[in-house]
Amino acid sequence: MSDYILPLIVLGIVIYGLLKKIDIYEAFVNGSKDSFKMSLTIFPNLLAMILSVNILVSSGILEDLINFLLPFLKVPIEVVSLMIMRPISGNATLALLNTIYTKYGVDSFYSLLGSTIQGCTDTTLYVLALYYGSIAIKNTRYALKVSLLADIVGITSSLIICYLLFL
Amino acid sequence: MVSKIWGYFIIIGILYSLFFGDVISLNETILNSTKTSLEMILQIFPVIALWLGIAEIANRSGLLDKLSRKLSKVLGPLFPEIPKGHVSLSYIASNIIANLFGLGNAATPFGLKAMSSLQELNKDKQKASRSMITFTTINTSGVTIVPTTIIALRILYKSASPTITVISTLISTLIATFFGIIIDRLMAKRYHE
Repeated sequence: MSDYILPLIVLGIVIYGLLKKIDIYEAFVNGSKDSFKMSLTIFPNLLAMILSVNILVSSGILEDLINFLLPFLKVPIEVVSLMIMRPISGNATLALLNTIYTKYGVDSFYSLLGSTIQGCTDTTLYVLALYYGSIAIKNTRYALKVSLLADIVGITSSLIICYLLFL
Repeated sequence: MVSKIWGYFIIIGILYSLFFGDVISLNETILNSTKTSLEMILQIFPVIALWLGIAEIANRSGLLDKLSRKLSKVLGPLFPEIPKGHVSLSYIASNIIANLFGLGNAATPFGLKAMSSLQELNKDKQKASRSMITFTTINTSGVTIVPTTIIALRILYKSASPTITVISTLISTLIATFFGIIIDRLMAKRYHE
């Protein structure tokens, strides 16, 4: 199903442009031109975020923290890591999800839970750095607070819903 | 606040590595970060180039305008500061639609366009506006109907039912977005707006 979405959107937009008698070629080229400028503004923001997140992740402090918290939670370490890492790093959580699939089986409860957590929110820190960085806003006010609270709500409801649906 | 977190991550990460961790891998991490981000840009750039082109056709043909007017009723109350029919609404709508269908890559250029058009309306260019925060809240809570990446991964791992988590994902993402918007409203009031 989802394979049809992309071509159909492109088709629809091009046909609509032709019907409205605009120079679709010129519009495409002109719009696409901005991509260089956009990528150039994104790059330093991306680099800054990846640098600090990677320094934190590679220090191992999160793993140690999770090991400390583990006795209080009734889910395996990979799932706890996934929950904590979700707002911070998309790549790290995808790698964790791979581990969970391999270790517990793709249709096991933990894999279903992990998939739900991965899908229910986005990588908050990355999105915020990218979006606010791209327009050079330094003071993001309460943006991070709200987004992180929404993440906590999403992850908690994933847990509850998966327990209700899959267990 | 993002700036403070950024600093804390670096300070905590480096100090922890120095005392309890592996200094050699810390060196590698610092040096490899540039490479990783360049690789990511090279992945994102073609997608941005493609979608900005397609979006401009939609923009000039008036399709985005139409979309914006249609969605004004739904999105309008969430973004009271955006004037009716302003182009930022259609970029926000396109971003949300792309996210709904799991086209995360296509969502990014629309999101960046939305931010820059919201910045035009922003009175204090240094500070995030209320509309921006509402937008990023909806965006980071990640409303998705079709979590494409996960379905693809589940197929790769030969799952008996690759789409089984679609419903649990949808419910929890809706709850997250719903509460996100409520928290956003409450915070906006607290910050005197």
